[in-house]
Amino acid sequence: MLKLPIYLDNNATTPLDPRVLEAMMPYLTEVFGNAASRNHPFGWAAEEAVDYAREQIAQLINSDPKEIIFTSGATESDNLGIKGVFEMYSQKGNHIITATTEHKAVLDTCKHIEKLGGKVTYLPVNREGLISLADLEAAMTPQTILVTIMYGNNETGTIQPICEIAAIAHKHGALFMTDGTQAVGKIPVDVQADGIDIMAFTAHKMYGPKGVGALYVRRKNPRVKVTAQMDGGGHERGMRSGTLNVPGIVGLGKACELARLEMDSDAKRLSAMRDRLENSLLELEESYVNGSREHRLPHVTNISFTYVEGEGLMMGVKDLAVSSGSACTSASLEPSYVLKALGLSDDLAHSSLRFGLSRFTTDEQIDYAINHVKEAVNKLREMSPLWEMFKEGVDLSKIEWAEH
Amino acid sequence: MAYSDKVIDHYSNPRNVGTLDKSKKNVGTGLVGAPECGDVMRLQIEVDEATNTITDAKFKTFGCGSAIASSSLATEWLKGKTVDEALSIDNMEIVEELALPPVKIHCSVLAEDAIKSAINDYRVKNGLPALEEAKSHH
Repeated sequence: MLKLPIYLDNNATTPLDPRVLEAMMPYLTEVFGNAASRNHPFGWAAEEAVDYAREQIAQLINSDPKEIIFTSGATESDNLGIKGVFEMYSQKGNHIITATTEHKAVLDTCKHIEKLGGKVTYLPVNREGLISLADLEAAMTPQTILVTIMYGNNETGTIQPICEIAAIAHKHGALFMTDGTQAVGKIPVDVQADGIDIMAFTAHKMYGPKGVGALYVRRKNPRVKVTAQMDGGGHERGMRSGTLNVPGIVGLGKACELARLEMDSDAKRLSAMRDRLENSLLELEESYVNGSREHRLPHVTNISFTYVEGEGLMMGVKDLAVSSGSACTSASLEPSYVLKALGLSDDLAHSSLRFGLSRFTTDEQIDYAINHVKEAVNKLREMSPLWEMFKEGVDLSKIEWAEH
Repeated sequence: MAYSDKVIDHYSNPRNVGTLDKSKKNVGTGLVGAPECGDVMRLQIEVDEATNTITDAKFKTFGCGSAIASSSLATEWLKGKTVDEALSIDNMEIVEELALPPVKIHCSVLAEDAIKSAINDYRVKNGLPALEEAKSHH
């Protein structure tokens, strides 16, 4: 029997894998030591667990274990990476380059940098959500200290050309940082091959627990340093003070190990399921995929259904837990800035649904989702005056709407 | 967001969805809202000219559940009323009936606008002066 509602919002967060929970349990109970306690076995046991997790994480992203700085999650990691570089490299320059489709953790941090007197360039994206390498090249200046471009987008799944971006940054003597939150654990991310100097990621997007993440900070070629944003006991090589969240870190480590072992088969299965969902929904007239279908995370699709309003659509698909490009529910009428950056009109951005599949998603759930969404869209269109006008061949852009 | 049972009922079983022949002299059509604002309502009334009574009402709405429910409820209320009675429908009555939260009051305002706009269309078609209110509401 299918349990409702069906969770298809795995870009927001993923469920904890039971194997991860199992690995964490002892550290929530009997092994409770502080990893910084150097003078007794309680501390040693905790430190050993943390070191092991560091290795599991390093293996997944092909880094050195010492290059992993534990944080509370991707938002903190993004903050630490950007603010930390801005402070550490202030002698060299004050210019940062990012993109308009970044997560708020990056964009708002960049806004903060601007308030501190820094200069930030926000690169636009094309219809597919990709930045232009020529734009990036043109934006580089001798003052550019950091280029920070996300690996895979949280709303559309679009994957940026990371290697090429890193090469341009390095050619101009800047560091390259990426927000790998959605990509790490889902697709192969190799900090050596990709040329990544700094990378933010988190456990809860890859079947780990909430409240723990990491910042990869390169130690060799070049040796990168970030100024701590949290002062205290000098943990994590002085870059992030605070008692380590041992159970969380153990969970992140285990999640990374599972991802390394199962990523290929998960990705294969999920992309097949995603494609089936997507192709079935595209059978509906006037429905469009947002973002690149070629350069994309395997488990994500974002589809707009024209002439159907987003919030009404969300209500119609009540048996699914998905996200919408509409922010109506937060009492603001602003639709998704990511979709708008792709060039979507407000109404098309409003009427979009984001589906994020997980390791635990089943074919049966996808079948249900397909029928459920189709029914809702068809029902709402029968009720939509815009759909009727469209069907009659009325050019909606020519109508003088009585703006409210 | 939690919707009231009445909103859910109207959303799931909308009353009077459809289209009346707008070319008929005794049919008034109101189209209010804008796609980029996320709400468009089209409300139509058919009037028995002898008694000045609304004999039929239909709607189509592009919008959230509260917008759909507001227009569905409006069509229910319109049927059987005289045109003058219909003019006195106030958006706050819709708010109360559907238990709309403050962020959704605009849906009821839009429904009231749609009613007035439909009546106005009917009046103009029949050589009556346009309603002041409908011309300059909001």
